[in-house]
Amino acid sequence: MLVSLYRYNPEVDAKPRMQDYEVELPAGKDLMVLDVLELLKRQDPSIAYRRSCREGVCGSDGMNISGTNGLACITPVSAAVRGGKLVLRPLPGLPVIRDLVVDMTVFYKQFEKVQPFLINNIPAPAIERLQSPEDREKLDGLYECILCACCSTNCPSFWWNPEKFIGPAGLLQAYRFLADSRDTATDARLANLEDPFSVFRCRGIMNCVAVCPKGLNPTRAIGHIRSMLMQRAS
Amino acid sequence: MVTNVTSFGRSGLYDWVVQRLTAVYLAVYFVGLLGFLVMTPELTFDAWRALFSATWMRIASLAALVAICAHAWVGLWTVTTDYLTTDLLGSKATVIRLAFQAACVIVMFIYLVWGIQILWGV
Repeated sequence: MLVSLYRYNPEVDAKPRMQDYEVELPAGKDLMVLDVLELLKRQDPSIAYRRSCREGVCGSDGMNISGTNGLACITPVSAAVRGGKLVLRPLPGLPVIRDLVVDMTVFYKQFEKVQPFLINNIPAPAIERLQSPEDREKLDGLYECILCACCSTNCPSFWWNPEKFIGPAGLLQAYRFLADSRDTATDARLANLEDPFSVFRCRGIMNCVAVCPKGLNPTRAIGHIRSMLMQRAS
Repeated sequence: MVTNVTSFGRSGLYDWVVQRLTAVYLAVYFVGLLGFLVMTPELTFDAWRALFSATWMRIASLAALVAICAHAWVGLWTVTTDYLTTDLLGSKATVIRLAFQAACVIVMFIYLVWGIQILWGV
């Protein structure tokens, strides 16, 4: 199988290039894209990419696989090959450090902005802060995010304003804490999101929903944030 | 919190509400106008003039004109802050963006005054 790989080493290369590799795949087995990368690395040890758990839990190997963002470790080659060819590029919109490794600083900066931790100004009880099963259910579909950045780097609003628009991943986490019955900073959190960029750059095109490897729905969360902002201000 | 002074209401929520409400109003206005065209098989100058001479139509049309201006401003402001940015145009981006935004405001204001003139000139 032919693999076209994005190669860029800023220390050596003037600009990025696509390099073609021929990979021998074992017969009768559908490998994951990450397995193909491991085979490639044996051929050419200079290839750089991130990986860790190799089972879709850590979110390290988010990349652009034949035009679609996804995790290499849980994307089968059969689903990613187009016309006998597999094209691997880094996540779009972020600066490339080397080959498939991108600089995620701005992505984490947006994540930090939403204060992704529980804020509760009531003194902690002796054992733990309780939550009813119904309130706990409201966090389903929000807490599962693994921060692989597939969604945010698939969002044109994030490409154009990565410093100002929080992006789908950050906003999903913003809503995860807005929806938490144990959090008492709802008003301050909402006040931080009312400006024209942080939330309202979302045009609802749902690119984030289309690529989330965990099947989450940031667009819906953003809609809930808008409703909360509306309720607070009207 | 991202600070911005050139957006319509300086609040994303306000701009968003304005854009959606004006969109609904414009849809209703133009569907109504389309309804008039369909219901009037013989569209004469007198029929058209009678419609726009009515006070209620002037109110509705002026509201539509103001709505278009507000709607267009929110939309074009968004476009300028997406595509006329330092990331895409370099150091001259702020000047280009502000010039384009100013041009938009001037054109909208001209259309508004001109539109009022036309409506009350019937």
